[in-house]
Amino acid sequence: MSKVSFLNPLNSMNLRQKTLLLIVIIVLVLITIFISSYSIDTTNMVTNFALRNQAPSFEHLFGTDWLGRDMFSRTIKGLGLSIMIGAIASILSSFVAMIMAFISSINKYGDLVMSWLIDFFSSIPHLLLLIMISLCLGKGAWGVIIGVAFTHWTSLARVLRVEIKEINTSEFVNLARKLGKGNLWVAKEHILPLVVTQIVVGTLLIFPHAIMHEASITFLGFGLSPHEPAIGIILSESMKYLTMGDWWLAFFPGAALLVVVLLFDILGEEIEKLLDPTKAQK
Amino acid sequence: MIELSPIDPVKSYAAEMGASVQQIAALRSYWQVDVPTYQKLIDWLLDLLQLNLGVSLIYRIPVIKVIADKFTASAILMLTSWIISGVFGFSLGIIAGAKEGSWVDKIIKGYCYLLQSSPAFWIGLIIMMIFSVYLKWFPIGLAVPVGTLASDVTFFDWLYRLILPAFTLSIVGIASIALYTRDRLVNILNSDYFLFARARGESHWSIIKRHGIRNVLLPAITLQFMSFSELFGGAVLVEQIFSYPGIGQATVAAGLRSDVPLLLAIVLISTVFVFVGNTMADVLYKYVDPRMRGEDDE
Amino acid sequence: MSEELLSVKNVSISFTQYVQGLNQHELKVISDLSLDVKKGEVVAILGSSGSGKSLLAHAILGILPENGTCEGDICYKNEVLTQQKKEAIRGKEICLIPQSVNFLDPLMKVKEQAIGDVKGEEREEALRKQREIFSKYGLAEEVDDLYPFELSGGMARKVLLSTALLSNPELVVADEPTPGLDEKSVKETIMDIKNLKEEGKGVLLITHDINVALEIADRIAIFYSGFVIEINKTENFADTGKLLHPYTKSLIEALPRNGFKLTEGVQPLEEVPGCVYYDNCPIKSDFCKENRPNLIKCGDAMIRCHNYDKEVK
Repeated sequence: MSKVSFLNPLNSMNLRQKTLLLIVIIVLVLITIFISSYSIDTTNMVTNFALRNQAPSFEHLFGTDWLGRDMFSRTIKGLGLSIMIGAIASILSSFVAMIMAFISSINKYGDLVMSWLIDFFSSIPHLLLLIMISLCLGKGAWGVIIGVAFTHWTSLARVLRVEIKEINTSEFVNLARKLGKGNLWVAKEHILPLVVTQIVVGTLLIFPHAIMHEASITFLGFGLSPHEPAIGIILSESMKYLTMGDWWLAFFPGAALLVVVLLFDILGEEIEKLLDPTKAQK
Repeated sequence: MIELSPIDPVKSYAAEMGASVQQIAALRSYWQVDVPTYQKLIDWLLDLLQLNLGVSLIYRIPVIKVIADKFTASAILMLTSWIISGVFGFSLGIIAGAKEGSWVDKIIKGYCYLLQSSPAFWIGLIIMMIFSVYLKWFPIGLAVPVGTLASDVTFFDWLYRLILPAFTLSIVGIASIALYTRDRLVNILNSDYFLFARARGESHWSIIKRHGIRNVLLPAITLQFMSFSELFGGAVLVEQIFSYPGIGQATVAAGLRSDVPLLLAIVLISTVFVFVGNTMADVLYKYVDPRMRGEDDE
Repeated sequence: MSEELLSVKNVSISFTQYVQGLNQHELKVISDLSLDVKKGEVVAILGSSGSGKSLLAHAILGILPENGTCEGDICYKNEVLTQQKKEAIRGKEICLIPQSVNFLDPLMKVKEQAIGDVKGEEREEALRKQREIFSKYGLAEEVDDLYPFELSGGMARKVLLSTALLSNPELVVADEPTPGLDEKSVKETIMDIKNLKEEGKGVLLITHDINVALEIADRIAIFYSGFVIEINKTENFADTGKLLHPYTKSLIEALPRNGFKLTEGVQPLEEVPGCVYYDNCPIKSDFCKENRPNLIKCGDAMIRCHNYDKEVK
C-alpha cells in the first residue's frame, strides 16, 4: 500500500505475518520440548555418585544433583510432564466450563445455580481448594489434574455465559426462533460457531495457570509423588541443597518452567489476536 | 497421635469430620467409626454455629487458637506486601501506560509478563538464594522448626524474618496490578474526554495526572481488593519457603498430616478473608465513585 | 472581514485497520479536502453521520489517533500548522466544541475541567473567568460543582461550549453540536453560534443536520463519500438552480419530501478510480468513470464535477 504508518516498526512484514510466524515458532518449540522429554537419553539420569553436585558445565548444562543425575535431562522430563498435565487439566477445565455455561443457558434457575457456583469457587483461594481436592482424591497425578480442572473453569465459564446470553438475545437468533427453529438448532447453527473462538482461546489461557498450579501444589507436597521427575519435586528437593550454594538445582528448572509458561501465555494471546482483531487495533 | 496414611485420605477426611466434643473419642475409635459422613458434617456445622471449630490434631490446641496465632502473623505479611505491591504496581502501570509504545513501556511490560509467568515459589527460592545464601543478610528460614508458635519468637526475630517473605510476595503481586493499570490508562488515553482535554491544550503529563490517575485509581484499588485470593495462595507458598510461621505453613502442615479440623477452619477463614476483600471493593465503588454516590462531598 | 483564519488544502486522512485474521486494511476516510474559514464567518461541512467528518476537526487540532495519517496542509492565519504549532495554539486560539458529554472526564467536577491545570493565583483568575463565561451562557453557580453525569442534555451542551470558549479563541470548531438535543436547546445553540460570528470569530461547523447548516452557515461544504463535492454560499441553497453538483441539487430538492433529513449517501468503501457520484449521477459521461474530478472554482463556489471543468469539456 502507498503509505503504511508506523504500525510496523520492525520490518516490511505486517502484523498478521508476524503473528503467524510467532505462533508457528512457539508451537514448534513446545512440541520439541514435549517430544524430547520422552525420547531423551535416560542414562544421564542414573544415579552416579562420582558426578555429585557438579556446577553447570558443557557436559551437564544445568549441573548435576546430589545423586549425580543430570539436571538438564531431569528438567526436560519434568517439563514434558508439566505440559502433559497442563494439557489434560485445561481441556478438562474447558469441558467443565462448557457444561456450566450450558446449564446456565437452559433457564433462570440453571443460571442462578451456575452463578452461585462461580461465586463459591472463586471465593475460596485457588491453592487451598486445590489442596483440598487433591487430598480428597488421594494426591498423585489425578488429584492434581482434577483439582486444577475444577478450580480454573470459572473465568471461561463467565465469558461463555455472557457470550451465550448476548447471542441468545440477538436479532438473528430471535428471527430464527420466529421462523420456528428449535433450541438445539439455534445452539448448533448460531451459538456454537460463535463461542468456538472463546473456547479455544480460553483453553489456551488456562494452560499456563494449570502448569504453574501443578508445580506449586507438587512443590508443597500435595501433588505428584516424589518419584516423578516433576519440576515441583525438583525444586522442593533443591531447597535442602540451596544452603550449600548449589544454586543451579533451583535456578534452571524454575527458569525452564517460566519459559514454558511464558510461551503458552504468548501463544494464547497471539491466537486471540488472530481470531479477535479488535484486540490488535492499537 | 495417629499418623494417617496418605493412601486413603478420603477415609481419613470422613473419619476426622467428627465434632469437637467427640473428637478424641472419634479419633480413638477411628477404625470402628460408623457414623455416616453427613452426620459428621452436620455435627461440624452445628459446632460451627457455636463458634466451636474443634481441636487441631497436630498442635493439640483448639483450632480457633491456632488460627488466631497464625492468622495474625500472616495478616501482617499479606498486608505489607499488599500495600507495597499496590503502590509500586500502580506507579509502574501509570508510567508504562503514559509512555505507551516507548522502551520504558516495553521494559515494564516485559518485566510484568515475566513475573506473571514465573512460579511464585521459584521467585522465593531465588530471593532466598541471593539474600540468605550469598549475601547472608538474612537467616535461612529452614532453621526454625515447623510448628513454632508466633508467640515463641521475639518481636525482632519476627520482624527480621518478615522482610524476605514480604519482599517476595510484593514482587509477585506487582505484575497483575501494573498490567491492569497500564491497560486502563491506555484505554483512557483513547477516550473522548482525553481527546477533549488535549484539544483544550492540556499537556500530556497534566492530563495523566488530572484525568488518568483519577480514573484509574478506583478500579485499580478494587482489583487489589479482589486479589485477596491470589494473595492468600502466594502467602502459602512463600511461608513454606521461608518457614514463616503463618497460616500458609499451617495449611500445608494440616494438609500433609490430615489435620481436618484445622484445614476446614482455614478454608473457612480464608473464604471469609476473600469475601471481605470483594465486599470492600464493592463498598468502595458505591461510596467513592460520584456516579454511584448520587451526592458528592469531595 | 475577509481575513483568512483557517485554510485546509488537499487534506487526506486515512487509517490502518485490522480485520478478521489480522489482514491489514487501509481505510481512507477523507480525500483531498480543501476549504477555508474567514473571520466572522461560519462554514458548515454537511455530510451524513458516521462518515468521518469529525476527523477533520481532530486533524486541525492535531489529535488524530496514532494509526491515522494526515496528508496535505492545514494553515492558520496563512501559516502552515505543524504538529508542534497545533499543540501550542490548541485550546488557546483554536478550540473544539465536542459532540457530547462523553468528552468530559466522568470523575471530575465541570469547573475543574473548564479551567484546566492551573494553580495558585492563576487558578483564582481562571475560576473567575470560568464563572463569568458560565453565567454568560446561563449556567447557575450550582452547575460548577456538578459531575458530567449529573448534567441535562442542554446543560451539558452549554458546559462544553463555555469550556471551549474560556480562552477566547479566534477559531471555533464545533463538532456536531446539535444531535440529541430538544428543539429549544437546538435553537439556543444556533443563537450561541451566531453570536460567536458577531464577535468576529471564525466557526467551522461540522454537522449532519441540514437545517442547522442552512440557518447559521455562510457557506456550506457538501461532504460525500470522503470528498467535498461542492462548496457554495448558503443563500444559493434556496434556489436549486444556483446549485452546481447534481448530488446537492437532488439533496435539496428531496428535502420537503423526506422531512428535511439528510439522505444517507451511499458510501462506497472501496476506492473508485473516477467520480464518487458516478453510480447515481444523472449527467455522467464515460469520462467520469475513469477520471477523478478535482475541486475547481466556479464563480464564487467550488465544485468537483467534470461538467463544470472547461478543460474537460
